[in-house]
Amino acid sequence: MASVSIDQVRKQYGAVPVIHNISMNIEDGEFVTLVGPSGCGKSTLLRMLAGLEDISGGEIRIDGRVVNDVAPKERDIAMVFQSYALYPHMTVAENMGFALKLKGQDRATIEKSVRDAADILALGPLLDRLPKQLSGGQRQRVAMGRAIVRQPQVYLFDEPLSNLDAKLRVTMRAEIKDLHQRLKTTTVYVTHDQIEAMTMADRIVVMRGGNVEQIGRPLELYDRPANTFVATFIGSPAMNLFEGATVNGQFVTDGGVALPMPEGYQGATAAAYGVRPEHLTIADKGVAATVVVVEPTGSETHVLAKLGPADVNLVLRDRIHLQPGQPITLAPDIRRVHLFTAHGIRTN
Amino acid sequence: MTLQQPALPATAVATRPARRRDRGRLFQEIGMLAPAVALLTIFLLVPFLLSFWTAMTNQPLVPRPTPVRFIGLTNFLRIFKDDLFWTSLWNVSRFTFWILPVQCGLAFATALLLHQKLPLRNFFRGLFFLPAITSMVVVCVIWGTLFQYPTGPFNQVIGFLSGGDIQPIDWLGDPNWAMFSIVLLSAWQAYGFQMIVYLAGLQGIPDELYDAARIDGANAFQRFWHVTMPGLRPTHVFVLIITTIQAFKLYTQVAILTQGGPRSSTETVVHYMVRAGFEEQKLGYASAVSVILFLIVLVIALVQRQLLRRFDV
Repeated sequence: MASVSIDQVRKQYGAVPVIHNISMNIEDGEFVTLVGPSGCGKSTLLRMLAGLEDISGGEIRIDGRVVNDVAPKERDIAMVFQSYALYPHMTVAENMGFALKLKGQDRATIEKSVRDAADILALGPLLDRLPKQLSGGQRQRVAMGRAIVRQPQVYLFDEPLSNLDAKLRVTMRAEIKDLHQRLKTTTVYVTHDQIEAMTMADRIVVMRGGNVEQIGRPLELYDRPANTFVATFIGSPAMNLFEGATVNGQFVTDGGVALPMPEGYQGATAAAYGVRPEHLTIADKGVAATVVVVEPTGSETHVLAKLGPADVNLVLRDRIHLQPGQPITLAPDIRRVHLFTAHGIRTN
Repeated sequence: MTLQQPALPATAVATRPARRRDRGRLFQEIGMLAPAVALLTIFLLVPFLLSFWTAMTNQPLVPRPTPVRFIGLTNFLRIFKDDLFWTSLWNVSRFTFWILPVQCGLAFATALLLHQKLPLRNFFRGLFFLPAITSMVVVCVIWGTLFQYPTGPFNQVIGFLSGGDIQPIDWLGDPNWAMFSIVLLSAWQAYGFQMIVYLAGLQGIPDELYDAARIDGANAFQRFWHVTMPGLRPTHVFVLIITTIQAFKLYTQVAILTQGGPRSSTETVVHYMVRAGFEEQKLGYASAVSVILFLIVLVIALVQRQLLRRFDV
């Protein structure tokens, strides 16, 4: 196990910069998720950690050792790829033991290590199969097994669940989290799925355009997003964000709807007003809205409504029967309202 | 009072126009396929099937007053008794034995080189493919000049490099050298095709496998051995088989440069067949040779199928 330190790391392809002076520290044994939309540089950063991409500037340290010019095999890391990257001509056991074979370990040691890892992941019955004979979930487990066998200091996961169906993704998510809790090995996990990031990580790094937007614990990011990007990226359905201005202690949206300001911020100025779908309730007093679509999910009801000209999403815990076109009155929980400047920076 | 219209079964309503539409489409498809099928039948299928029949007759090239007779397997027996046929078969086997490593090796090496991220990569890919789209006749004329004895460019270069110690080689006139010369020019002309196949094979190997191998600790040679080579197994099999089939059909180079000589050292099965059919005008006999060649190629193709299945990882 080891800590990972990323210090002012830059990456550019020719004259095009893709990672801009990123810094972060990952504690020993921590599970950190890099999350962001496609092209935000999260996979590139992970590949730089792995040694698969050169570093244009800055320093990466693993367990205190600068690894900028250290070959991937010398970094004592293991990586799980999106496509699993299993060697198609090797059996599961050969795939898992390949790194040890290259290290020159004897057959008995390799077999024992492979068997131990297979026991952890319940891969025992699959050891003699070829990857093409496995299902997606099984391949994913083999890819993890290959990483575990090496007992590395750091695990790197590059969108490992993207190729699985939704149900299997949930199962594998729990398996990876359980595995981390058992092995307690430092893990860096890249995903574009904020649910994955929220449910698995000790800390989340939200990235956009090669920059870090915010680093924090999942609920910290959810409850106090640093800017509008994080506010709308984290959480599903996304936070409702209304543009407008503060007028006489109220926030008036561009559509002319007046929303109550949080306590202590009546005098503040803000250009965007955010409220999560579950922090809006249907009440007797509030702002008038009209129901557009009702989506009952069983455990909750998702409602899309019109607040003036703007769309607004609600998540209601109760099974309320609403009809499209029905007028409702919405009241935001003013303790959970988020205010942002014109540049999208949080002000409250 | 309102009369209720008896409802037509939904399927009846739906299927009648659908069936008509299907039939219309079927005619359309047949109409579009017909020209190609007709041409293939007239120029490929009928001659192919006829050759089996002709092989068992004494059919001459030019019709004679005497009727064509069915002679059973006589042509085949005659072929098997002809030393020149066995020589030609031995020669194409020799040619195949040499062309496989030379041509496939050259194609593989070039493909590996052009798979690298080199500047002007696409330009060089096109350049190296040029011989493959050049007519074999043109290639033969050029290489015939290069091979000239005793003052052709090859001999001059060899003479210059050896300081005159190595005597000029009669590339095409010496029975010991003639087939080797044909191998060289054939490999040069045709390796571009195999190179493209190898390039496609190389591009089909996911980059992530190389990344995984690097993380697993594989050096460049180990990555080549454990990722590239297994990834190219089906490609290798395909290239080897296709090259073997092409080699067994060796004709143009021999017809232009050596006419099977010197002393039958470059006689090939196809050249033997063409001579029997068009010079000796024994169409039945030539057809029998073509049937034998077809069976040889068929066996190779079947072996290929089996091998491809086995190596399809």
